[in-house]
Amino acid sequence: MSEWAPRLRRGARLGFDPVRRTPVVLYPEGVVVLNGTARAVLGACDGVATVPDIVAAMTARYRGVRPDDVLSLLRGLVARGVLHPEEAG
Amino acid sequence: MTPQPPLGMLAELTHRCPLHCSYCSNPLDLVRRERELTTDQWRSALTQARELGVLQVHLSGGEPLARRDLPSLVSHAHGLGCYVNLVTSGLGLSEARMVDLARRGVEHVQLSVQAADEDRADIIAGARAAKHKKAAAAAIRAAGLPLTINVVLHRRNHDQLGAIIDLAEEWGADRLELANTQFYGWAMRNRAALMPTRAQLDAAEPVVRAARQRLAGRVEVVYVLADYQDRHPKPCMHGWGARQLTVAPDGTVLPCPSAHVITGLRFDNVTERPLAEIWYESSSFNAYRGEDWMRDPCRTCDRRGVDLGGCRCQAFLLTGAAENTDPVCVLSPHHDVVEQAVVPAADVPFVMRR
Repeated sequence: MSEWAPRLRRGARLGFDPVRRTPVVLYPEGVVVLNGTARAVLGACDGVATVPDIVAAMTARYRGVRPDDVLSLLRGLVARGVLHPEEAG
Repeated sequence: MTPQPPLGMLAELTHRCPLHCSYCSNPLDLVRRERELTTDQWRSALTQARELGVLQVHLSGGEPLARRDLPSLVSHAHGLGCYVNLVTSGLGLSEARMVDLARRGVEHVQLSVQAADEDRADIIAGARAAKHKKAAAAAIRAAGLPLTINVVLHRRNHDQLGAIIDLAEEWGADRLELANTQFYGWAMRNRAALMPTRAQLDAAEPVVRAARQRLAGRVEVVYVLADYQDRHPKPCMHGWGARQLTVAPDGTVLPCPSAHVITGLRFDNVTERPLAEIWYESSSFNAYRGEDWMRDPCRTCDRRGVDLGGCRCQAFLLTGAAENTDPVCVLSPHHDVVEQAVVPAADVPFVMRR
């Protein structure tokens, strides 16, 4: 897990929806409406930063960041097809 | 309960199609070319959809490439900020055309494939179509776009499942969607001919499992079971009027692509009523929202929040009342109609789409 450097799958991109006034991620299978923290986590998924790097970056920005929450958010985004799976790097 | 704004819109630009697939889920009576929306009417529908909250537009049909204004509609939808998904047979999708469409804002393409070999695929499609598809897949990949290969599975191609998976890998698909036939529209007419056998479905499971393992991280393999063979119904459309809307070629606005079969409902047209009003206030979109419409056994069932009563169109088609529990459910008093339908009939010829 500590080696995993999450990255967006081909065709996925971050955006902002002015109608809902919220960040979103758009990808082949659908749309996920994001809150501010989820947007920040996804924004850090550049395929270089590892999960601990992302947790550290979030801790610097937000209070009360829990590593488990970040990891379950990332795994949820894998399950929805937004991020590449862990083993594929 | 105020419904949430929709996330997606299926824009059925035309019912015209070079293929004649027996499993086609479009209605028996297709919208003729002269009744299709004009370019300006489609633009207005897309603008209204974005204002309402739609973020993803699926340009489909029929064959969307049959609309000569497809490039300008892509530009328009992309300019609004929508994610544009093109759903195509690949016929007519040259490299130059694909490059242009990608430049205008198509971000993902779904390409249909009928079988693993060209002869079988052409028989299923009722057209000399298969030889164009490999080039179409290459054009999509050359444009740098993610490619999903869509395959509808049925009795006449289940035996090629392994070879279909190999083909998707060879063609560089990011995703492979293997969906057993859903029995709506024209496909319902061919139900006996299309229904996979129990043996075919049993054989498919280990093939899909092995492919998922082998292709993990390269090709995502999605397998959709025929819901007739399931114990519980699918949570159709994540609920009626919950996330997505469909605009038919003539502008009829539907909660799901098959909803026109429910004869008791009156559907509005985007040329006659604002889209937001149709989404929030129309009788058709409000008919089966939430749970108040449910009858027994759904009304008091613990699973009602999971499968949402199943599919209203299927309930109507198989029991005559859209309020009934989807008869796919083992708890439905009408479940016997599904049990009878899955008993394999002797080989029956297809009736090709016309």
